[in-house]
Amino acid sequence: MIEVKGLVKKFGIKPVLRGVNFFAQPGEFVVLLGPNGAGKTTFLRILSSLSRPTTGLVTIAGHKLPAESAAVRQNLGVVSHMPLLYGDLTAEENLRFYSRLYNINDANPRITEVFELVGLSHRKRDLVRTFSRGMQQRLAIGRAILHDPEVVLFDEPYTGLDQDASEMLDRVLRDVAAVGRTVVMTSHDLARAEELGTRFDVLNRGIIENSIQRSELAGRNLLTYYKQAIGG
Amino acid sequence: MRTNQVTAYKPSFIKSIFAITRKDISAEMRSRELLSSMLVFSMLVVLIYYFALELDIKAREAITAGALWVTFSFAGTLGLNRSMAVEKDRGCLDGLLLAPVDRSAIYFGKMISNLVFMFIVEAIVIPLYAIMYNVNLLVPGFLWITVLGSIGYVAVGTLLSAMTVQTRTRDVLLPILLFPLVIPVLIAAVKASSGFIQGLPMEEILPWMNLLIVYDVVFTAGSYMVFDNIVEE
Repeated sequence: MIEVKGLVKKFGIKPVLRGVNFFAQPGEFVVLLGPNGAGKTTFLRILSSLSRPTTGLVTIAGHKLPAESAAVRQNLGVVSHMPLLYGDLTAEENLRFYSRLYNINDANPRITEVFELVGLSHRKRDLVRTFSRGMQQRLAIGRAILHDPEVVLFDEPYTGLDQDASEMLDRVLRDVAAVGRTVVMTSHDLARAEELGTRFDVLNRGIIENSIQRSELAGRNLLTYYKQAIGG
Repeated sequence: MRTNQVTAYKPSFIKSIFAITRKDISAEMRSRELLSSMLVFSMLVVLIYYFALELDIKAREAITAGALWVTFSFAGTLGLNRSMAVEKDRGCLDGLLLAPVDRSAIYFGKMISNLVFMFIVEAIVIPLYAIMYNVNLLVPGFLWITVLGSIGYVAVGTLLSAMTVQTRTRDVLLPILLFPLVIPVLIAAVKASSGFIQGLPMEEILPWMNLLIVYDVVFTAGSYMVFDNIVEE
């Protein structure tokens, strides 16, 4: 579903990604771990076609980047720590706007379904700027899956959320992944990542240094594995 | 497995443009931040001219076009900055760039909404100016020049605001980059508008009108071609 070979990204002369190789099967939930500045966000921005790779091969759902970026975007949902929503529009107007951009046929039932999934049906006519951070993040997930993408990318979705909001987000993330979507998520919240992920990759100094399936953790917790992986 | 009940077709270019314009106008009708700042600024400038310059009827006719275009161009930068800042503040520009639409549809969507806001401001300021200065501005030729000049100004302004919004100094940078580029539009619009207000023969006005039309076509086409590269990292 996602295939990355020899991905290099430089800003000026400074390399951020130094030859990343990555593969995700359909239905896999890959959690990308790594210290600040390791290149996780840059990697996700390249996967989402917001940034061009300097060199390397990136293929998503059978389409190559950057040549077939429109086709990739049709199959992709992205949630970042920013909501990507308009504060002066209601939740429903936001989703309706994105349904027009994605040209979704008969959008009303899908919008209703998404509101139910993210638990915001009762607030759909409220302005987004009146929403709490947690509600905005749930609506951002609704926006990302509105067109039923095969691949969903989450960049630090827990940033700024309290415990209750994080628990609610866990449930929504599970629902998103439960229908067979391929998910790639970056996170510093190792406890939550351990619950959700099926595979854990450690990106450090611009390359994926370690990778482990959840079944291979064998009694160790993710924090122990992560510390060993980054040499901490 | 995924039920895949959602049918999403390849988005139409025209539909995407109007979705963006409609979204901008809906959001602005609710917040009125952009229009109110442009309008208040324009009215203040017109009022300052009124008190600062004591002019007879001939002098008034001579300076009207210049005074109005200075007002529109400064008010326009406020609108252009605000229009793109709304997209940047909550990451919405990324939301637009992630949609499977041709990215030039984003440019045209933003350009049309900026043009609508510019026309609304002009539709209020021009009659106000005409009443205060007792100058007849209900001249069809003058109104056409206003439309042509606004298109050229907004075509370049939308492109540059998409560039400058990525910078920390966007409020200062936009006018610094924009005004040198729109000098041909401003000169041509002032000359042609003055010609219509003062009732000059068409032969004297036509070259300026032609310059405006050529500028509009060239800069709209150029912006269409480079917008994709400008918004991509």
